[in-house]
Amino acid sequence: MNEKRQKLWILFKTMFILSSCTFGGGFVIVSLMKKKFVEELNWLEEDEMLDVTAITQSSPGPLVVNASVMVGFRVAGIPGSLAAVLGSILPPMIILSVISLFYEQFRTNKIVAIALQVMRAGVAAVILDVVINLAQNVCKTRRFLYIAMMIVAFICTCFLKVSAMIIIFVCLGIGLLDLIVSLRKNKGKGV
Amino acid sequence: MLLLQLFFAFLQVGLFSVGGGYAAIPLIQEQIVNVHGLMTLEEFSDLITVAEMTPGPIAINSATFVGMRVAGVGGAILCTLGCTLPSFCICLVLAYFYYKYRTMSGVQKVLAAMRPAVVALIASAGLSILMLGIFGTDMFSARIEDTRVVELLIFGISLFILRKYKASAVSVILGSGVVGTIIYCMLGAV
Repeated sequence: MNEKRQKLWILFKTMFILSSCTFGGGFVIVSLMKKKFVEELNWLEEDEMLDVTAITQSSPGPLVVNASVMVGFRVAGIPGSLAAVLGSILPPMIILSVISLFYEQFRTNKIVAIALQVMRAGVAAVILDVVINLAQNVCKTRRFLYIAMMIVAFICTCFLKVSAMIIIFVCLGIGLLDLIVSLRKNKGKGV
Repeated sequence: MLLLQLFFAFLQVGLFSVGGGYAAIPLIQEQIVNVHGLMTLEEFSDLITVAEMTPGPIAINSATFVGMRVAGVGGAILCTLGCTLPSFCICLVLAYFYYKYRTMSGVQKVLAAMRPAVVALIASAGLSILMLGIFGTDMFSARIEDTRVVELLIFGISLFILRKYKASAVSVILGSGVVGTIIYCMLGAV
């Protein structure tokens, strides 16, 4: 019981901290969550985190909330989901509530602007760090298909501005085809 | 019944905003400015600026901000609840099925095909933040002479610390904020 309560607390605390310093959209917090839950806490496998990202990206609502629900559920069931979601929505709620009271001063404050600007450089470094690890693992599968898909998907999203949803659904289609092909091959061999 | 109206407005935002933060903006605008007239277009664009400057998803940020301005703390809580509730329920169901079936080899194979795409999506998000941080614009209009040396340095050092010492993400982000601000203050930008 005590151990479970502690897990809930860590879930809440982790999401609260990550959510407090996440600028720039859902994929940023997913990189941070991957770093924390996979590399530091060892609560999830790397593949799980990627699956969760793919699934949550294709369902409605903010990615952070969706990812928190799924990771929380994995770690501690429905109470886990609640703890993680609460942790991830409280910081923006508190910050925005305070700012809404005097947002004119906030928007025009020079130090705030500079701090936010330089923090982007740090955020970019964190994401690149996570991406290097992830890309290495995709290459380690030694499947040409996966490596090619990664490169094509990157070009599509980055240069051609194809939406993330479309990319994930196309890859889902490729995965299904891949499954059908391999099932046929096995049948042909009489397995 | 203003509170109820707000709640249902954001319930719809939460339910229909598929595809991340920026997909939610037109939906919120539709609900708040056009349908319910709770804010003017100018207030709304202020809201987007503030929501972008602060951490957290844009949907939650705007829910809190609109709720707070229209009906105080109660409004903020209700709006945020409204825009979180649909995805909470949907993702619980998805999580249940994912963890029930994910070890099946067929499901594994399909999921494996989606992972490289996710890596690419994260990489792309990272690249656009990097461009914004170092050139102050996206990569199509970035020019070499606009390079911000301070940010470039902070980026390089942060990456080195992360790779070499496995530093935690939060400490790197906050650290770069503090160090960068101090450098700019010393350069006399403030």
